[in-house]
Amino acid sequence: MAALELLSDEGYRADGRRAAELRKVRARMGVFAQADGSAYIEQGNTKALAVVYGPHEMRGSRSKALHDRALVNCQYSMATFSTSERKRRPHGDRKSSEMTLHLKQTFEAAILTQLYPRSQIDIYVQILQADGGNYCACVNAATLAVIDAGIPMRDYVCASSAGFVEDTPLADLSYIEEASGGPQVALALLPTSEQIALLEMNSRLHEDHLEEVIEAASKACKAVHAVLDQVVRDHVQEVTALLGD
Amino acid sequence: MLGNVVRVAAVAASGGGGRLGSSAAGAMLTSRTFLKRTRAGAVVKVVREHYLRDDIPCGAAACRLCGARPAGAGLEARPAGAASHLCPGPHYLLPDTNLLLHQIDILEDPVIKNVIVLQTVLQEVRNRSAPVYKRVRDMIANPEKHFYSFTNEHHRETYIEQEQGENSNDRNDRAIRVAVKWYNEHLKKMKNEENIQVIFLTNDRNNKEKALEEGITAYTCEEYIKSLMANPDLVDRLACISDEGKEIESGKIFFPEHLPLSKLQQGIKSGIYLQGTYRASRDNYLEATVWVHGDAEENKEIIIQGLKHLNRAVHEDIVAVELLAKDEWVAPSSVVLQDDSQNEDDIENEEEKENILKASVNKNMLRPTGKVVGIIKRNWRPFCGMLSKSQIKEARRHLFTPADRRIPRIRIETRQADTLEGQRIIVAIDGWPRNSRYPNGHFVKNLGNAGDKETETEVLLLEHDVPHQPFSQAVLSFLPKMPWSITEKDMKYREDLRQLCVCSVDPPGCTDIDDALHCRELENGNLEVGVHIADVSHFIRPGNALDEESAKRGTTVYLCEKRIDMVPELLSSNLCSLRSNVDRLAFSCIWEMNHKAEILKTRFTKSVINSKASLTYAEAQMRIDSAGMNDDVTTSLRGLNKLAKILKKKRIDNGALTLSSPEVRFHMDSETHDPIDLQTKELKETNSMVEEFMLLANISVAQKIYDEFSEFALLRKHPAPPPSNYDILVKAAKSKNLEIKTDSAKALAESLDKAESPAFPYLNTLLRILTTRCMMQAVYFCSGMDNDFHHYGLASPIYTHFTSPIRRYADIIVHRLLAVAIGADSTYPELTDKHKLADLCKNLNYRHKMAQYAQRASVAFHTQLFFKTKGEVNEDAYILFVRKNAIVVLIPKYGLEGTVFFEEKDKTKPRLDYNSEVPSLTVEDTTFRIFDKVKVNIMLDASNIQHQKIRMVLVEPKIPGKDVPANPTTEASVSNEPEKKKKKLQK
Repeated sequence: MAALELLSDEGYRADGRRAAELRKVRARMGVFAQADGSAYIEQGNTKALAVVYGPHEMRGSRSKALHDRALVNCQYSMATFSTSERKRRPHGDRKSSEMTLHLKQTFEAAILTQLYPRSQIDIYVQILQADGGNYCACVNAATLAVIDAGIPMRDYVCASSAGFVEDTPLADLSYIEEASGGPQVALALLPTSEQIALLEMNSRLHEDHLEEVIEAASKACKAVHAVLDQVVRDHVQEVTALLGD
Repeated sequence: MLGNVVRVAAVAASGGGGRLGSSAAGAMLTSRTFLKRTRAGAVVKVVREHYLRDDIPCGAAACRLCGARPAGAGLEARPAGAASHLCPGPHYLLPDTNLLLHQIDILEDPVIKNVIVLQTVLQEVRNRSAPVYKRVRDMIANPEKHFYSFTNEHHRETYIEQEQGENSNDRNDRAIRVAVKWYNEHLKKMKNEENIQVIFLTNDRNNKEKALEEGITAYTCEEYIKSLMANPDLVDRLACISDEGKEIESGKIFFPEHLPLSKLQQGIKSGIYLQGTYRASRDNYLEATVWVHGDAEENKEIIIQGLKHLNRAVHEDIVAVELLAKDEWVAPSSVVLQDDSQNEDDIENEEEKENILKASVNKNMLRPTGKVVGIIKRNWRPFCGMLSKSQIKEARRHLFTPADRRIPRIRIETRQADTLEGQRIIVAIDGWPRNSRYPNGHFVKNLGNAGDKETETEVLLLEHDVPHQPFSQAVLSFLPKMPWSITEKDMKYREDLRQLCVCSVDPPGCTDIDDALHCRELENGNLEVGVHIADVSHFIRPGNALDEESAKRGTTVYLCEKRIDMVPELLSSNLCSLRSNVDRLAFSCIWEMNHKAEILKTRFTKSVINSKASLTYAEAQMRIDSAGMNDDVTTSLRGLNKLAKILKKKRIDNGALTLSSPEVRFHMDSETHDPIDLQTKELKETNSMVEEFMLLANISVAQKIYDEFSEFALLRKHPAPPPSNYDILVKAAKSKNLEIKTDSAKALAESLDKAESPAFPYLNTLLRILTTRCMMQAVYFCSGMDNDFHHYGLASPIYTHFTSPIRRYADIIVHRLLAVAIGADSTYPELTDKHKLADLCKNLNYRHKMAQYAQRASVAFHTQLFFKTKGEVNEDAYILFVRKNAIVVLIPKYGLEGTVFFEEKDKTKPRLDYNSEVPSLTVEDTTFRIFDKVKVNIMLDASNIQHQKIRMVLVEPKIPGKDVPANPTTEASVSNEPEKKKKKLQK
């Protein structure tokens, strides 16, 4: 049996999208009352939940405190039911630790941490269902949660992945596209200033193609930004309407 | 995926246009959920998103409802296909999967246009047959065919869910019908004067009935094709798929059943069956070998004997075999058997023949023997051959005899047997039921009269899979515009070497000159030698259509009267050809050497040269020899010649082999292009002079690119043959009291030099010819994928091809690598991908092998033409091999090899005694051994026009009871002994 065709000659991907199209994005802010900020996002079948606490005083060892800015503390985890075979450890494995580091790096670049010296901001994200682009869904969810918490940021951080199949860059990879083993780029972008917060790539890609793929990923990030911005505006409108009562 | 068990409920989620990135296309989201079994055996649930869209165009040119027209031709606004009396109005065709799989030959006919290929169908075809999928894709890409592929699975209105209790085949059939209905309604909305209809073609009875119930116009392929008014001959090309009805016709079952694939896979896993490639024997239709895949040391090669054990496998199929018990093992037979029975169901005859094979054999000659239990993958292709008309005049079923003897005869049904008789035709196999002695097939194409030079050339090109269509417009569009001249930009990384006294030496009539040489004395007393190779990679840029086409062709194929170019003629014979007195771009390899031919310095550069003379080998030789000539070109040649001799000696001292293979050259009549004389090729000192420098350049370049790119240098290696290959050579030499040492190339070369017999001067050449047959094939490979680089024949640790980029694609890649290495060009992704390079090497090796076979076949055909005009001749010959019932002889004068049979049909069989140890064959009282000199009568056997062949009959020594032409009609007119010829093995 021939392997799955990732991009047909007619230009459709296995799930019916075109090369530059994103999966359907749906998001909600303020899903939990007890946390300072929270958000839920669906990108296709990838579902993520983000919760933010802080900024608050340092917990645990005070020696970690930074005298000139806030410490961003992240934790990435995957629900045991998020994949088609049950996961044993929700967090703490190598992959999750790596993701945690990436998230930390991304949000240290975006949050105006110098406003809160000697304090701490906690960002907890969990993947509820994994179908490709886990990192990107986490970043997008966390952005909304940080906004929900009212923590000042330079800009939204929007993330999207991009791959490269048959000389065409594909935006927002799904799980089957990721699993095919082609090159994959994950990009976290500050869309208005077009500054890159994080860029990660795995497997080989010729440098001639790199620019195209990054271009595709950053276009996708901007598209995600439009959606997130709408979600935030809708949320704010809803909240003010409630307050106005 | 494995066992797609259930497709459970699909949840349709919100219809409110989800935002899809930059495009504003409205789309609906649904998800497909199904269970699947993983490799480990666990059952997991898989959920996939499935987007439904409403922006997928229908492909009809006149449609204004669908927005953006897709790229490509699409369907015609007024489909002007072949007129059919079933559906006189304008219509599009929509075939189902099986129709596409089985009747692809018909659909490829230019008459069939405006076909809608659904995604459902296309995916099924893709999963079931890669070659058919490729052909369908090609048709969709062809703007003249007006094929359109409609992505129905993602269209909002044509996507359907699998229903409870419906299997996926039924679901797909329903999806196809839904799409047909949608098309019909959609096309009605166009409000044209005439309504275009979509006609559903299916050979499945149930499906057709259901379609008719739903109000869809549906026909079987046969009905539709028969209704075409202008093209009655198309009917012959219908594949005859055996219905159940036909199978009852003859109750006789010839073959055991094939096991289903699942059982085979289990058996292979557990080791009961072995998987391998089936290779039919060329000489014996009742025997085949299976090359087992994998690295297992033992049972690598399994013999299959007898019709039942062969069990309908066809050459090149991937099969599963079961080993027989050891007491049933047989030895490979040395009998030559051809399938020539006229009665097609004559099974007794077969059994009798099978018994011949089982004649008593030496115990230690027994080899693993097996039987085919199932076919894993068919590797059928269209076959060239001829029709053997049935003796019954009105019969419609005829047997077709392929040109390749390894392919069984094929039964086809045709009404035009009378016109096809004596023509070369192409036939495709459709199937091979258990009750049929021969496979069933259908007629595809008529090539022309058998025996015509054009037809025969076409046949041998097709049979050897040589791409020989004229270059397409897309390819030609990448040629430089004429008039062409060298620009400033071209000179950027180039050295101007136009002042050098460069000349080229080639065979007479050569128009694709890819190498030129120069040699001059430097002020320090050393010599500067330059090899200048046409800079083809300057014109063929990576990745464009021209590059892809040349990569596909791989090599230029030289036939006796024709050349199939790898690159278009403008390049091969003009812009890249290093002709004299014009400026040409070159890639130069320049050495500084001392007078002992030791290399002091090597450098590579792109350059511009202006050749001062293009000489033939004879002309160059003449210049070197004539003392009176002292011009620059001649001095340069003399310098080169002197160095070449030293280089050659060094190489031979290192253990390089000098081998021999008979090679002939035809003298053609200038007008009819018929061969009028045969001559063995003659080699001059200058041949070896040019060759020596080419070898040196190749080695230098190989070293350079390997140093620079250790992972992806394209190199060429020649593996040392396994010692057992030499058995026959050692035995043969022993029979003449000579010893051949084969433990190393050097020992072999030395013992070959010593193997002289004063009474038998030709013996040495014969030994060298035999040695050549023992050798392995030299191959291209990618340095990152292999670690044995040695070139056995040349005794060089590293080697590549650099010197003939006009006629070999490998050289173009080497040029690109070298250009990057010296910073004259930039790299590109494919060049630095060792897997892609390895794939390329595979293709190049295949094309080279096929080109060689095609060349040999062309020589064989021209030899036949030659003997046709010449009539019978008697000639001296030497025995090359001894077989069980025949001897293979070589006629040095014509470089012709042939088989002399001792058994003839309808004649008493002589007493044969074969001794495999010596080996020798005793016929009555005469014993034949390898290298014996005999006299044979050569004639063209045209009694069987299917396979014209050169027939050889023994004249001397006389064998009692054998008919020998008492008076040979003509004694060979030319009587001088052929010159001793030597040729190095194919490097």
